[in-house]
Amino acid sequence: MKFIVSILLTALLAFVAGLFTQLPWWIFAISSFVVSALITQSPGKSFLSGFLGLFLLWVILAIIKDAANEHILSTKVSQILPLGGSYIMLILITGIIGGLISGFAALTGAYLKKTS
Amino acid sequence: MRIVPLLVSALLTWGAIHLFNTQLSVGGSKTPRLGYFLSPQHGFWQNAESTETNYNDNIVLKDLQGKVEVYIDDRLVPHIYADEDNDAYYVQGYLHAKFRLWQMEFQTHVAAGRLSEIVGKERVPTDQFFRRLGMVYGAEKTKAFVEKNNPEMQSAIDSYAKGVNAYIAQLKPEEIPFEYKLLDYKPEAWTSLKTYLFQMFMSYDLTGRGAVTDLQMSNARNYFGYKDFDRLFTDVQDSLDPIIPKGTVYAKPTIKVVPPADVQTAYLGDTSGNSTAMAPFVPNKSNGSNNWVVGGSKTKSGRPILANDPHLGLNLPSLWFEVQISTPTHRTYGASFPGSPAVIIGFNDSIAWGVTNAGRDVLDYYEMKFKDSTLNEYWYNGQWVKAEKRTETIKVKDSANVIENIAMTVYGPTMYDYHYKNSGSGGKNLALRWTAHDGGSGLLAFYKLNHAKNYEDYLEAISHWNSTGQNFAFASKTGDIALKQQANFVARWYRQGDFILPGQDSTYAWQGYIPTNENPMIKNPERGFVSSANQKSTDHTYPYYLGAASNFPVYRGVIINRKLAALSNATAADIQKLQMDNYNVFAEMARPVIMKYVNQAALTADEKKYVDIMNSWNLVSDVNEKGATVFNVIWDSLETSIWGDEFAGATTNIGWPDEITLLESLKRDSLYSFADNIKTKNKVETISGAVMDAIKKATVVLQKADKEGKLGWAAFKDTRVSHLLKINPLSALHLPIGGGRHIINATTETHGPSWRMIVHMTDEIEAYGVYPGGQHGNPGSKYYDTFINHWATGKYYPILFLHLKDAPTHKRIKWLMTFTKA
Repeated sequence: MKFIVSILLTALLAFVAGLFTQLPWWIFAISSFVVSALITQSPGKSFLSGFLGLFLLWVILAIIKDAANEHILSTKVSQILPLGGSYIMLILITGIIGGLISGFAALTGAYLKKTS
Repeated sequence: MRIVPLLVSALLTWGAIHLFNTQLSVGGSKTPRLGYFLSPQHGFWQNAESTETNYNDNIVLKDLQGKVEVYIDDRLVPHIYADEDNDAYYVQGYLHAKFRLWQMEFQTHVAAGRLSEIVGKERVPTDQFFRRLGMVYGAEKTKAFVEKNNPEMQSAIDSYAKGVNAYIAQLKPEEIPFEYKLLDYKPEAWTSLKTYLFQMFMSYDLTGRGAVTDLQMSNARNYFGYKDFDRLFTDVQDSLDPIIPKGTVYAKPTIKVVPPADVQTAYLGDTSGNSTAMAPFVPNKSNGSNNWVVGGSKTKSGRPILANDPHLGLNLPSLWFEVQISTPTHRTYGASFPGSPAVIIGFNDSIAWGVTNAGRDVLDYYEMKFKDSTLNEYWYNGQWVKAEKRTETIKVKDSANVIENIAMTVYGPTMYDYHYKNSGSGGKNLALRWTAHDGGSGLLAFYKLNHAKNYEDYLEAISHWNSTGQNFAFASKTGDIALKQQANFVARWYRQGDFILPGQDSTYAWQGYIPTNENPMIKNPERGFVSSANQKSTDHTYPYYLGAASNFPVYRGVIINRKLAALSNATAADIQKLQMDNYNVFAEMARPVIMKYVNQAALTADEKKYVDIMNSWNLVSDVNEKGATVFNVIWDSLETSIWGDEFAGATTNIGWPDEITLLESLKRDSLYSFADNIKTKNKVETISGAVMDAIKKATVVLQKADKEGKLGWAAFKDTRVSHLLKINPLSALHLPIGGGRHIINATTETHGPSWRMIVHMTDEIEAYGVYPGGQHGNPGSKYYDTFINHWATGKYYPILFLHLKDAPTHKRIKWLMTFTKA
């Protein structure tokens, strides 16, 4: 239960923080850190829930944009990066980058809790 | 020691953020900041615009005078209805920014020498070149002139700038265009100076070749000597069919141009130092265009039909943006420049106009003598004259500023000097004299054309055009047709300015501008049409020198005039077909010359195969024609065969003569001495030998193309429309389109008709248009490249030229944006 709540809370707070686009894009690292510092979990689970929270959020947000756009831009960007023109790869990479940072931030939160 | 994992994970977090928040260098280019770029709420996903985007909007802005309604049609063309002209330009600025912000800023950054600021130190040479060329200087002078003399124009440009800024001001950080995110920078405020910088950008594109060719010509003269030079870069064009028909009688010139007394020795015969100074990019030689007007005597309706297709570099986003502007003073439709108010090529309720490049030489170099390397004083008319310094500071991303101190002379900026030189310029001091530095009325001519009602208005309007020479074609509903070449043209003596000119006194200075009423022009001619295709505007009886013949391509003019002369009962559909005509009149003249010298018996089987393909070709360079490919490859090889040996010894850049020179030399002279290969001693090669050599070399190229399935003309030519940053995934590649050099459909690899327009001057105007791009500059919009296939395949869109009363209910109108005063 804690695990699911962590994921949802991580995603929700990241989404809300992301609405303030004057703030840096990595502002979610702070919210993920806070979530994991508040909800006690093992470091492994903290990392995983932090990762999944952002991975799911970014993948879902990207899919919503991409579907409405009929893959026009994602296909081009995926050739530029280069990911072979695959929009699916691009969406996954998007999720993984967000997930990794969030996961590490959550891990930090978990260790902070353990330390204090 | 629980602190260790805490520190490690904190470090990992920081490291990951840092890694994805940094532009990484990968293979010579830089990635975007990947975390930012991929963040769905900040980065590029925000530019993935829904294909169902609703453009309806109510926008409240403070600087408007009244209410403005913008009806947007199914091709995303805005039809602006405003109660005041300035409100219309205000909204035009807003809409240009909404659809093309990145492009309009980028183009003016190029002109202003500010690329290093956004890209980094690898673009410093480009920036130095444009700064030293006086691009900013010219823009400032035009701005000052307009502000002093043309308040109406100034207020249009100011309103436009406010509109652009109104759009920028409401942009949220995540809404900035895609390319800003890719290159990682942000839009800045728009200024009226940027509109003038854009004009300089066009001036360079249309007349800047002289900044390179004058140096090449000087090198070529030094290398060959004037006599041979004059054969290779001859002023004679036998096939010329000038814009103003041959035999026209010209009035006595007001300015009696006198060549300096020592012109033979000190100028033409001069063989002093070479210069290899070259531009980072040279305006395309094929920057040209077609325009013509068929008079009522030759049309089915009895009303004129005007056609125009400016040939420029083909880019995405396109240089052009279609728009209709309607106010109580005028109702005008056409192609506008993102970055400038009003319509540039278009029509209104009464008239239509189109432009082509005049090709006249309006840029010269003067060699200066400075007292010492401080460049503080230069020698002029027998004394030392103080040179003001213009300081240009180039900001460089992630690096120190680069400062250019430019010595300003009586002629203009000292482009090349002791400090700024290329490997072989030998520290020559070359000052630039260019009409684009004169100030002048800028866009006023177009502004007035937008409002013109008749022939007199047209003449008055274009009399304000003094920057870069243009051929303005004109048609009116009342049946007038006309064409006039207009700009401040230098009254030149023969060959003046083809080479670097001596600058130590005023002997070689320009002796005046040709009065505008002496510029070549034609109105309602007997033959029933007017046309221009960048050829020389007149025959040799015109009393002023037009500039080096290599500035003036001949063959498009020949074929256009031939086709127009044969035309009768023409409809708009006939004119569409003519704009897309792929007949190669150069090949018509050149093929028999090649065939005359082919020794059939000596051809191998492979060579014979290709010669036969060329010989049976119908001379039409359509998409699948193999003959077009074979002809072009053989001709190119022939040029190399004949001239390559003579040019191979040059250590400086000396350019390359034109096709016409070789063709007409071979037609005139069966013992053309350049045919001899100077590398072989005791042996004299003939034209026939050169032709056979060319066929042999061409066969190798053609066999390779054949194997790759690229012998068809379009596949071989491989036309593309490139994104301004040359990023392939954002470009349209491998387009199925024929045409080429010397052909009415002048589409080459990266260059061609950038806007095709046809206007039939019936009571309700019938007009067609298409350009290779789309109205939306965002690569993530479905309107980014919507017109390209239509353009490539020669189709046109019927233009919607709407009356306000019909707009709300018209079936092609999709959206309404209203702008109201705060």
